[in-house]
Amino acid sequence: MLQMSETNPNWEAVIGLETHVQLGTDSKIFTSASTSFGDEPNTHIDPVVCGLPGTLPVLNKKVLEYAVKASMALNLTVAEHSKFDRKQYFYPDLPKNYQISQFDEPIAENGWIEVEVAEKGKETYIKKIGIERLHMEEDAGKLVHAGSDRLAGSTHSLVDFNRAGVALAEIVSKPDLRTGREAAEYASEIRRIMRYLGVSDGNMQEGSLRCDVNISVRRGPDAPFGTKVEIKNMNSFSAIQKACDYEINRQIKAYETGLVVKQETRLWDEGKQLTKSMRSKEGSSDYRYFPDPDLGPIEVKIDLREKWRSELPELPAAKRHRYAEEYGLSAYDSRVLTDEYSMAKYFEAVVLAGADPKSASNWITGDISAFLKVKKQDFTNFPFLPEELAEMIQLINDGKISGKIAKEILPELSEKGGSPQKMINEKGLGMITDIDVISPMIDELLGTFPKEVSAFRDGKNKLLGFFIGQLMKKTDGKVDPKLANQILNQKLRG
Amino acid sequence: MSISEWRKKLVLGEVSSLELVEEYLLRIKSVDQKLNSFLFVNEEKAKARAKQIDEERSAGKSLPPLAGIPIAIKDNLCTKGIKTTCSSNMLSNFVSPYESTVTQRLWDAGALLVGKTNLDEFAMGSSTETSAFGTTLNPWDIERVPGGSSGGSAAAVAAGLCVASLGSDTGGSIRQPASFCGVVGLKPTYGRVSRWGLVAFASSLDQVGPFARSVADAADVLQVIAGNDTKDSTCLDLPVPNFAGSFEKPIRGLKVGLIKECFDQEGLDQEVKKSVLRAAHQLEELGVELIEVSCPRFNDGIATYYVIAPSEASANLARYDGVKYGSRSEEEDNLVAMTSSTRAMSFGQEVQRRILIGTYALSAGYFDAYYKKAQQVRTLICRDFENAFKKVDVLLTPTSPTTAFKAGAHENNPLSMYLSDLLTIPANLAGLPAISLPCGFDHSELPIGLQLIGNVLEEERLLQVAHQYEQISNVMKNRPKGDFIPG
Repeated sequence: MLQMSETNPNWEAVIGLETHVQLGTDSKIFTSASTSFGDEPNTHIDPVVCGLPGTLPVLNKKVLEYAVKASMALNLTVAEHSKFDRKQYFYPDLPKNYQISQFDEPIAENGWIEVEVAEKGKETYIKKIGIERLHMEEDAGKLVHAGSDRLAGSTHSLVDFNRAGVALAEIVSKPDLRTGREAAEYASEIRRIMRYLGVSDGNMQEGSLRCDVNISVRRGPDAPFGTKVEIKNMNSFSAIQKACDYEINRQIKAYETGLVVKQETRLWDEGKQLTKSMRSKEGSSDYRYFPDPDLGPIEVKIDLREKWRSELPELPAAKRHRYAEEYGLSAYDSRVLTDEYSMAKYFEAVVLAGADPKSASNWITGDISAFLKVKKQDFTNFPFLPEELAEMIQLINDGKISGKIAKEILPELSEKGGSPQKMINEKGLGMITDIDVISPMIDELLGTFPKEVSAFRDGKNKLLGFFIGQLMKKTDGKVDPKLANQILNQKLRG
Repeated sequence: MSISEWRKKLVLGEVSSLELVEEYLLRIKSVDQKLNSFLFVNEEKAKARAKQIDEERSAGKSLPPLAGIPIAIKDNLCTKGIKTTCSSNMLSNFVSPYESTVTQRLWDAGALLVGKTNLDEFAMGSSTETSAFGTTLNPWDIERVPGGSSGGSAAAVAAGLCVASLGSDTGGSIRQPASFCGVVGLKPTYGRVSRWGLVAFASSLDQVGPFARSVADAADVLQVIAGNDTKDSTCLDLPVPNFAGSFEKPIRGLKVGLIKECFDQEGLDQEVKKSVLRAAHQLEELGVELIEVSCPRFNDGIATYYVIAPSEASANLARYDGVKYGSRSEEEDNLVAMTSSTRAMSFGQEVQRRILIGTYALSAGYFDAYYKKAQQVRTLICRDFENAFKKVDVLLTPTSPTTAFKAGAHENNPLSMYLSDLLTIPANLAGLPAISLPCGFDHSELPIGLQLIGNVLEEERLLQVAHQYEQISNVMKNRPKGDFIPG
């Protein structure tokens, strides 16, 4: 793939993201129907979800809490007064043919997040990305096209309202993003923050996090904006990156060859790795927004707001900085450790239990992560407790076990948990059988008994027993005597 | 007979609930073929429930306040398992899977559903003529309309087909038909009564209320249906007073305001004006002080209303698209055409007109000039009322500029029909409680309605004044005879 900055140094891309985050409340935004995913069609519906005549929406307080917490985490200003509006358009997945959303008075506006942009072979940099607003709205249902996997060619369409009325937070970035990589990092940081807050699982495959990209190119930062194109249908961060990069190049090429970039919505085709036109956006649609008379004004009183603020966890960016400053970890390690809240929490507990941060980081991001990846698990409910890992690290640092032994016992500890000390005792692994451990011990020993060493070399062979005795005394008899004999002989004779 | 009279007879065992409901059912059978006030008569279930109540009564159980009282329900209130049509072909087969809060409260209070009554389609109209299932006739003169949109509920009470009924009032849809049919009709404060299960017309204006033969009966029904409902965010979480609590307290010294702008109306019938002013003077004899007040924006209510109500309606009625329920046009082969065709086929002219007005008013480029402006005027109208209530306790106006008009009178001119709600609309825009009660008859022996408007949440005072006026005026005791008016 062509890299814009390399081949076309004058061009600049302007990218903004609209991110829909499903808020993970148990019930829907305006009714008590369940939000459970993946069940039989139309099993999580009720008269409100279906928009039956005479039904009325009542705001789920938990949704407001989640939206406000998300807003605070994105450094947005939470409005004292806000309201819901009706966004009107006809589509069969929208039961009332209007969506309850927020138009001109969203719950929060004007924030930012810090994104760390890391790319192989390039210098990692930190960038502040502005956020225009966050608003609450209800999700639509889903159309299932029968007789074909898509609308074209299908004989009829079925409607599943299970998703209808699930709470969404729509987060609109400012057009501050310049590359596909930045866009992907931004989206992934949004997801990370939502997961830290526990307000969404951010699962892109299940659609609980959906990103639409708005993208245009211009000849340098002072040039006027080009025509904006919307891209949909990316279901991974790498798809976001690739779709942006593809689209940037497509638009540049179009301008450079004298073609027109049309204002339109394009779909990312993951199979073909390209974007293709879906529908024209010229003559923008009129949603006839007006305040929803069924829902009163939304007021978040200051004491409630402050209570919610006090419940916010330390967020990923703050953790990244702290890990680097306080623990002296590399930017890379800090980023890996803070990627998942459960991992960061685990790491901090291990450090709190007395382990040195660097070793803790190595074990967690290395062998343990690899183990969990294979098992498709994460650090939530990980049986090997932080104190136990700290104990294992201590054993290594004390020279009681070697790193090699530690790696050997790790799978079982990861599986069942338990005290590493106890395990090595039970398995007799405390017996030091590692040449790399024993050899320096013997060197040290020989260093402390220079007379005896000379005597031995002068023929006093019986002194071998003396050295073994000293070694055993020092290690509580844990050194494998056969191995010790061998190494001693080598060193004394060699 | 009033609720309290029937209640007394039921308690004393002079009549059983079954006999009572059978009497009403019989009367429905004999006269309603002509009047067409009912779309559905709940004969079997009403009788079965009456028997049950009789058994409970004879077993000595203490019964709720409306036990055995036959009540009719406007067919835009959802009743579980019984069709709710809104007098529209769009919902001709719609059976709600849930019960509206107001009707549930009535059934919990022991009332019997006698039937569902006719209305203007989706409550849009002032004559019941826009119903897809035929016009309801006025029991006082069957060449005339009963008013609307709750014409069926008003006519049913007037003709003695039920003891009381429920209607809904968006711009006068309870009070104007009450006035045309010579019964009492009450629109409570917005938020006093739950809208859960009321099929929405204009959500910021709609309010459910009772029709009855007396102010006391209206208060009785309101007592049952009022109060907070967690299913309706606009319902007020406030204690419900005893609405009849002040009936016997003297009204001497209360100030009653006559809204100048109402009596200066060009279209105001002189007989109506005279009758209403006479009512005001009768109140004066009870010791109230009459004060002329000005609400300069009062007459802007109608223009304001005909932007706000259709705007909200255009969104509220968008769900009727032929996809989920209602009739679907089968001729079309694509979605947009199917939806358009279904709506063109299943909505009547007046409903389509209002959807178009509302869609237009909310469109980009027109929103500020229409919807936003209308909301600003609405605020001014509210302010007029606030100022007026600094000086007076209750406001007094005619309910409608005229008595019942002939069927078809406004057929070719919807705007002239709209004027019929000129005097009732402002109370909806301001969310105020208002009542219409009979104050006399014109030369054609058609009833004239008096409207009293109370301050927000002051139903108790409103009903106190209305009740005392009713007691001294004796309007209904000296009523003319009518073919369909019970003796």
